[in-house]
Amino acid sequence: MAVYKRSYRSYSGRLTPAWSRFFVLTRYALRNMFRSKFLLAVFVLSFFSPLICALLIYLNHNPTVLTMIHARNNEVINVNGDFFLGFLGVQGGIAFFLTAFIGPGTIAPDLANGALPLYFCRPFSRAEYVLGKLFSLFYLLSFVTWVPGLFLFGVEANLSGAGWAWEHRSLAVGILLSSWIYILMISLLAMALSAWVKWRIAAGALILGVMFFLSGFGAAINAVMRSNIGYYIAPGALITRVCAQLFGLESPVPIPAVGAWMALLTMCGICLALLGKKVRAFEVVR
Amino acid sequence: MTPVIELEGLGVRFGKRDILKGLTCSLSGRTIGLLGPNGAGKSTLINTLLGFYQPSGGTARIFGHDIRTQIKQIRSVVGYMPENDAFIANMTAVSFIRFMGELSGLPSEAALERAHESLFYVGLGESRYRKVGTFSLGMKQLVKLAQAIVHGPKLIILDEPTNGLDPPARQRMIRMIKEMREVHDLHIVLCSHLLRDVEEICEEVLILKDGRIVHYSNLEEERSANRRFVEMEPVGDSAAFAHALEGLGCECAFSANRLKAVLSDGIEIRDIYRLAAEGDVQLRRLNYRRDTLEDIFLKAMETTTNGSL
Repeated sequence: MAVYKRSYRSYSGRLTPAWSRFFVLTRYALRNMFRSKFLLAVFVLSFFSPLICALLIYLNHNPTVLTMIHARNNEVINVNGDFFLGFLGVQGGIAFFLTAFIGPGTIAPDLANGALPLYFCRPFSRAEYVLGKLFSLFYLLSFVTWVPGLFLFGVEANLSGAGWAWEHRSLAVGILLSSWIYILMISLLAMALSAWVKWRIAAGALILGVMFFLSGFGAAINAVMRSNIGYYIAPGALITRVCAQLFGLESPVPIPAVGAWMALLTMCGICLALLGKKVRAFEVVR
Repeated sequence: MTPVIELEGLGVRFGKRDILKGLTCSLSGRTIGLLGPNGAGKSTLINTLLGFYQPSGGTARIFGHDIRTQIKQIRSVVGYMPENDAFIANMTAVSFIRFMGELSGLPSEAALERAHESLFYVGLGESRYRKVGTFSLGMKQLVKLAQAIVHGPKLIILDEPTNGLDPPARQRMIRMIKEMREVHDLHIVLCSHLLRDVEEICEEVLILKDGRIVHYSNLEEERSANRRFVEMEPVGDSAAFAHALEGLGCECAFSANRLKAVLSDGIEIRDIYRLAAEGDVQLRRLNYRRDTLEDIFLKAMETTTNGSL
């Protein structure tokens, strides 16, 4: 029957499993993100660093090239914890920039246009909504952080042999865990600020502002009080400390790793609480 | 038959304010109207039924599902058209409706098919590839209706569906709601402060005031009841005239200088004229009239009850 001849009819067909419905939100959010040519350009640019690193790893294992350039210790680079930490530092910067650009577009438009009641009048919970939006950022940022990180690990393992992979398996764990905690923190921060500042541009600026302000404020506390307490409110320092622990390296941030983990998880908890306050069908005015 | 909506001492409190105060009733009609002045608690009741607000006391059931424990089951059979603007601005209408369908659990292809159908059904077929943010107020109302029906719910809750619509658009909206009402197994809850809309559409009416139920009326029963209402303006010994009418089995009541009568079976208008002539009473005016929803509403507004039916 032609579509325009149809009248109202109920639906009695198959339904998708309830647990999978938050992926719908992720799918639509990703589609929306990639409408931006600027985002696409930055996303493509984020693959340059992994390609260069992969090339360096390849050269590291090419005797002809090593002989040609008279490499010291017969290697171009040393593929170790420092290498992967540096790589993730670069990629983390790009990921943060991407988050500041796309993060505000996750929740702010829904709040500004009053769309939340439309989500929550369906069999779809607030937790699933946050999870769906979070997963869209997680998916995107994964391709900037741990996916290329593991790709480089795989390239090195392939060229060095299975023994290297087993011996350095802690690096793979470090790449995964440090990327995940970083993605979780910046994504939750972006979403929380996006929920509280409904204006997209302001929310983007605020994400950058909060990160830099907290780092600066933490440094000021350290300088004034001549202590290390300030590091606990500086997200960058906390991530650095946690990553150093995960990669088994000496950290430039002199606070205990457990404390850094706790501070990061507390920040994530605060962001979730902020989201919980705003992500509601209707705000209750008491 | 399971009632569509059952309220059992339902109370909602925001801070120290009681918004809904122990509502108790059972509604089974195909179209249920929620009436009340601004701030009566109509929208709060709807939002509580959808699980947006937690009840502070009592509970409610929709199709037998408890709102405290089975909210997902309730939401899967309900379509909701909110009162305020609610849309995703940078999506085309068809993508938006498809998205909403998928969130309700429809597979992607089915959601797309039903999105097209819903938009054609509400009259936005030609505009379905336009972004929702560019729509006029009336079109946004229609999009909200389309998203409420895309997943084929058993109950549609419409919160002020004719808000902001011009008269032709309002008529079309009402016609559509009436059409949907005819569909088997579909129930509609219409929340409005426009008495005309409710009277045109609804079978049952629940009137709220200050968070309490002040009146329940089964309009359908009243419409179908074989009672004939006559309103007259007698001049002369109207008390004797009323007494004479009551002698014929009619029910009479005075309001100002008017006499309202419910004619009993077998009594015709000519009998009234005959009685008037016999009692030397002039009838300055005589017309058929029964209580309109407006009368019911105004009476209910003067009433105070304990919130239960």
